[in-house]
Amino acid sequence: MTTALNPRFTFETFVVGAANRLAVTAGRTVAENPGSAYNPLFIYSGSGLGKTHVLMAVGHAAKAIAAQLNIEYLTLDEYVEAFHAAIAAGQGDAFRRRFQNVDVLLVDDVQFLTNRKEMQAELLRLTEALQQSGHQIVLASDRPPTEIADLDERLISRFSGGLVVDIGIPDYETRVAILRRKAEERGSSFQPGVLETVAKVEYPNVRELMGALNRLIAFQAVNDMPLNEEAVRKVLGIPSAAGSPTAASPTAASSPAASADEFSQFLTDVTATVGKAVEAWRARVTEAVMRWEGEGYRAGRLEKLLEQETPAAVDDAIAAYVQDVERLKALEAEVAVLDPQAAGDKVFRDPDHMDQAEAAAAKVRDGAAPPPAPSGAFPFDSFLMGPSNEVALNAARDVIAKPGKKYNPVVIVGRSGLGKTHLLNAIGLELAKKKNAVVACLSTQQFVDELIAAIDGNRVDWWRARYRRATALLLDDIQLLAGKERTQEELFNLFNQLVDADRQLIFTAPAHPNTLEGLEERIVSRLEGGLVAEIADPDKELRRSVLERLLTSQHVSIEPALLDYLADRPIDSVRSLTGIVQRVVEAAAAQDAPVTAGLARDVLEGAPAPRRSTGFRTSGIVVSSAGGVRSREKMVWDWPASGDRVIEDLR
Amino acid sequence: MSLVNFTAREITCKIVYYGPGRSGKTTNLHYVYERVPETRRGRMVSLATQTDRTLFFDFLPIDLGQISGFSTRFQLYTVPGQVYYNATRRLVLQGADGVVFVGDSQARQLDENIESLQNLQSNLLEHGVDVRTMPLVMQYNKQDLPRELILTPADLDDALNFRSVPSFPADALHGRGVFETLKGISELVLKKLATGSPAA
Repeated sequence: MTTALNPRFTFETFVVGAANRLAVTAGRTVAENPGSAYNPLFIYSGSGLGKTHVLMAVGHAAKAIAAQLNIEYLTLDEYVEAFHAAIAAGQGDAFRRRFQNVDVLLVDDVQFLTNRKEMQAELLRLTEALQQSGHQIVLASDRPPTEIADLDERLISRFSGGLVVDIGIPDYETRVAILRRKAEERGSSFQPGVLETVAKVEYPNVRELMGALNRLIAFQAVNDMPLNEEAVRKVLGIPSAAGSPTAASPTAASSPAASADEFSQFLTDVTATVGKAVEAWRARVTEAVMRWEGEGYRAGRLEKLLEQETPAAVDDAIAAYVQDVERLKALEAEVAVLDPQAAGDKVFRDPDHMDQAEAAAAKVRDGAAPPPAPSGAFPFDSFLMGPSNEVALNAARDVIAKPGKKYNPVVIVGRSGLGKTHLLNAIGLELAKKKNAVVACLSTQQFVDELIAAIDGNRVDWWRARYRRATALLLDDIQLLAGKERTQEELFNLFNQLVDADRQLIFTAPAHPNTLEGLEERIVSRLEGGLVAEIADPDKELRRSVLERLLTSQHVSIEPALLDYLADRPIDSVRSLTGIVQRVVEAAAAQDAPVTAGLARDVLEGAPAPRRSTGFRTSGIVVSSAGGVRSREKMVWDWPASGDRVIEDLR
Repeated sequence: MSLVNFTAREITCKIVYYGPGRSGKTTNLHYVYERVPETRRGRMVSLATQTDRTLFFDFLPIDLGQISGFSTRFQLYTVPGQVYYNATRRLVLQGADGVVFVGDSQARQLDENIESLQNLQSNLLEHGVDVRTMPLVMQYNKQDLPRELILTPADLDDALNFRSVPSFPADALHGRGVFETLKGISELVLKKLATGSPAA
């Protein structure tokens, strides 16, 4: 249905002049920042001036920057045809969904919306949907939106809300440049002055200019003789240059056709005279000034050159200026990652004050607080492996070896207390050892709280920048995103950006993402699209390993019987295992007795702790007489066995 | 005024059509006005007396667009030809980048032509400008009149063109020689860009 982008229509093959510079600059900007710069971008011009070329060039450039982008080019007629076909097939909704998922939509010949109310409504709906989802739409027409007959006011408003730029008829210099480039592309060469003669004719569009060039190429090929200026005039029917003043004929002057051409001829002559009169170096400097001012950079340094009579080393001065501009671009790009708002500062557009730009960039670098780092309490070596966590641990090793390459994202799932947080932080610590690594490792709750604070402080851009610079993002307890729509939106965007840049993403969750409630489908699908590695209840082998380490750390001599007894206890998590070891060791300390299997049995299987005699149940939270709130649960020394607790909870 | 402003990338040429009364200066401007596309020209301002003679001056701005990166504008003025409006002529001449002397080809108008030419020289001197440094072209208008009434361009050159500047026979009413004259003065004016010498 859609048309493939013509490989010849790129920005590199487009000759830029004063008449089309704005459109090209806007197109490049959109290609570099689809959905965020000018949306929609509306380009209009007469036929044959390069609308379609620029439109396709945007597609090529965007694709070159981000190959995964879904880019589609089509004319309005193709769009209408596809829509009608979809409606006829009862697939209207599928049609809409299909276009709403396009990252950069390029629509040509929009002027044919005239008298098509139905399509206008459809395009309005699509434009709104694309804008809302941050997708780019670029449109081209042979006239501005306000001049498209019978166009819905809402569409005019929507189009005008982005950027509307036109492409004018190229000036003489641009025509010469176009002719030279096209002649070179076709392997044709002409005598000096030939192309300039052609360029003096004000063809209404580039297509006709190319037609003239084609005729010259064909003529020269047939005759096997290089054309001179006079021959070119004959081939193209260009009138001869004005003769001597006394040769002017009253008849010729008074005829309407001749009269109409008098001004054009005068303009051509004046152009040639000015071209000769303005020194070449001034033309080069002026061109540089126009170019860079067109891109928004101050050109005071170059303008000062123009005020001099004969400045020395003009080309060196221009080269130095360009070098400074490139440095400014680099600084601005760096700052844009750290703090997008700061990137718009005018100091990054003034090559005459490089020191200020460097200082501003340094300030942003210093001020950009790094995202929360993984906790040092969870070294990777201390995470013990058993059959129950083997898959997750091996995935972790792969991720550490090739971050962002092998599995991305990784979702570690398992019940509470199985070591998900430990493993998450352990991976983060290992990733952080890599060169230039910025590892963001935090709980989802903290992530949400930070975003709320950023919204409150009007620093959302800054907040985003913190995470966009991360080489790895590790979020614990992703299920806490449920119902947090804005955070899910932010995470979705961040997710895409980081994955696009091959940055590693790791999440933990209590269950498979597709079973979690309250998460948006687009988040779930992305989580499921990576590796979901499950950590099961600790197996006996793992329990023994954990017990050995725990007992050793408590300076307890490890008796096989003790180890067997504890390892066989009905526990469901490493955290529970830690709890029972703690109880046994403390009981032994209280009785001043060695830790043995018998003692452990007495402690763990003895009479349950006396229950509170109060006849009512509470939340377990009490208010201290000293003020503040304390958890009763945290004050209990003799924790009941987990089996008992389950029963208690079920009562 | 500044002929070329490199900083603002502007070229502004002030060209004054000078000559005796009824020689055809305003006719030149009208012809140009009618041939310049609407988008390129400003409003032509004519301040004329009740007898349709130019009282103060005519003014026609023309925008030639971007040329070599310069926004190029021509401003065409006429002066009142009548002798008693010399103050106005001097005022209009101020800051001129070039002068078109529109002479009347009729033999009986030769003295008025010479007088006007002397007046031009005098008024330029008032502005501290040597007529020899001012870009100047001669236009011998009304060459369409019967031969017995007019002088030939060669005769007029002998009588008036003592500096041997470019001269153009013309019939401004029908347009012959109008744009040739404008082109001639434009070339002279723009060539001053190369020397960089300031205009008057």
